[in-house]
Amino acid sequence: MAKRIDISDLNIYYGDFRAVADVTVSIEPRSVTALIGPSGCGKSTFLRSINRMHEVLPGARVEGKVSMDGQDLYGPDVDPVDVRRQIGMVFQRPNPFPTMSIYDNVAAGIRLNARKMKKSDLDALVERSLQGANLWREVRDRLNRPASGLSGGQQQRLCIARAIAVEPDVLLMDEPASALDPISTLAIEDLMTEMKERFTIVIVTHNMQQAARVSEQTGFFNLSAAGQPGRLIEFNSTEKIFSNPDEKATEDYISGRFG
Amino acid sequence: MTTTNAPQTQPPRAVRRLGDRLFAGSARGAGVLILLVLAGVAAFLVIDAVPALVAPAREVPGGRGVLPYVGPLLFGTVLAAAIALVVATPLGVAIALFLTHYAPRRLATGLAYVVDLLAAIPSIVYGFWGIVWLAPRLVPFYRWTEAHLGFLPFFAGPASVTGKTMFTAGLVLAVMVLPIITAISREVFAQVPTLHREAALALGATRWEMIRMAVLPYGRSGIIGGAMLGLGRALGETLAIALVLSVSAGTVTFNLISSTNPSTIAANIALQFPESSGIDVNTLIASGLALFLVTLAVNVIARAVVNRRADFSGAN
Ligand SMILES: Nc1ncnc2c1ncn2[C@@H]1O[C@H](COP(=O)(O)OP(=O)(O)OP(=O)(O)O)[C@@H](O)[C@H]1O
Ligand SMILES: [Mg+2]
Repeated sequence: MAKRIDISDLNIYYGDFRAVADVTVSIEPRSVTALIGPSGCGKSTFLRSINRMHEVLPGARVEGKVSMDGQDLYGPDVDPVDVRRQIGMVFQRPNPFPTMSIYDNVAAGIRLNARKMKKSDLDALVERSLQGANLWREVRDRLNRPASGLSGGQQQRLCIARAIAVEPDVLLMDEPASALDPISTLAIEDLMTEMKERFTIVIVTHNMQQAARVSEQTGFFNLSAAGQPGRLIEFNSTEKIFSNPDEKATEDYISGRFG
Repeated sequence: MTTTNAPQTQPPRAVRRLGDRLFAGSARGAGVLILLVLAGVAAFLVIDAVPALVAPAREVPGGRGVLPYVGPLLFGTVLAAAIALVVATPLGVAIALFLTHYAPRRLATGLAYVVDLLAAIPSIVYGFWGIVWLAPRLVPFYRWTEAHLGFLPFFAGPASVTGKTMFTAGLVLAVMVLPIITAISREVFAQVPTLHREAALALGATRWEMIRMAVLPYGRSGIIGGAMLGLGRALGETLAIALVLSVSAGTVTFNLISSTNPSTIAANIALQFPESSGIDVNTLIASGLALFLVTLAVNVIARAVVNRRADFSGAN
């Protein structure tokens, strides 16, 4: 079920380089939160620190606190593997497993969780997830074909199906539609609106209209100069951000008067 | 850019530059040359094997004809190579995984260098190592297996007292092919896109689960390719086998720990050729033809295995 995320004084490093500084923010459950900001300001870095994917890179580390419904995600006895099972992620570039069939891609997460499932139950879950990702009608006759045979937009929706099949509490999406055509983009936006009933959704996007269309809350990241860490400049309701932001930098960025 | 384009009068013709043509020509030439050489070798083997194939059985070495002569040799060749692969493939894959996914960067580069170096050591050195160092040290192990696992045909005994057994030969071959399998597996494992590895990790895979989901399936054809290269080296290995295997002609047995073993084709040719003449030479060439055919068959099968799931290879 959807959970809330509280972040305080988060600093994110690549080795000695501090990429993101002093972020404190709360992300509401059952809503879509959009993160916007210029390239290189640390949106992806921030997103990946929420499900502890950041530390996968050598030398990458995080200071500060991230908690989900009160549970400290970076606590000493917390296994990052468990965190990632609860917080799903969709990447900018579609990344289905090319060596697996469409079916196996969707089932991959469930099989990881080592839940023993009857074949019929698994079939039903795969169908439900594909339907949830708006892909079922297009692939139901070729579930056993390789996932790499799908179009880019279909692959991205397959990745969404794979992520929601394990019923995560939170779904992180890093520019999920940036490589897609307007129709696939719209399909994914509709999907987010449906999915926020069940998950907490955080999305990074460069598309202002998209942020305005799908999200309830918007956070604006910016960096003062190259080599400086990115900071969360403003976090507000999407309506306010796009009509009457508190910060001048936000207004400049949104109206295109940036830099 | 000009805005006034002359109306096109001629149909467009594909323009081919001189460099392209030269390159295409020389590439094609090289391809044809390889095929010619291969065909030449095959023709030589067949033509020179024929006298042995048609000769009366008692004139062929061993006195029972070509098949009873070549058969055990072929058996020995395949058995030694099979032991080598069974030992070296999992080990090579494990080492490659360790190098690419577990070892700290510094250690991995050093180790990878050592592995590449191992591949360059001439086989006679491995042969010496096998006979001087490895064989004697395996003797107690053979005694133990005879006593405790003697009910299995592989360990029926009597255990060799010198250690010059089929098992020792297989292990020496395994050590020889290990660097090849490791190097090629390491190469493909290192090429698994970060995107796929992160997809697995983000689903909540442990490192080992990530390897099973993303790395091994992606590297599958590379592993097979490495194993085939290793198999090629193991099938053709001459000196090391000639040194470490104690043979008696015409044996066919799965007993791996005794001193009565079939020889291998390559080792047999090396040992027998200097003293051969006439029909003996033709018989040796017939055995060479058998080795050629086996190698060909192995490669065709491996290719078929790789292609069967080409759709799922991740290459598209
Ligand atoms: N693997 C890495 N190693 C070192 N520095 C990195 C790495 N990945 C990103 N960075 C740096 O961290 C900073 C933030 O990068 P990040 O990818 O989070 O930006 P972003 O806001 O997602 O940009 P974009 O909108 O272009 O995706 C940048 O300065 C970048 O150079
Ligand atoms: Mg990014």
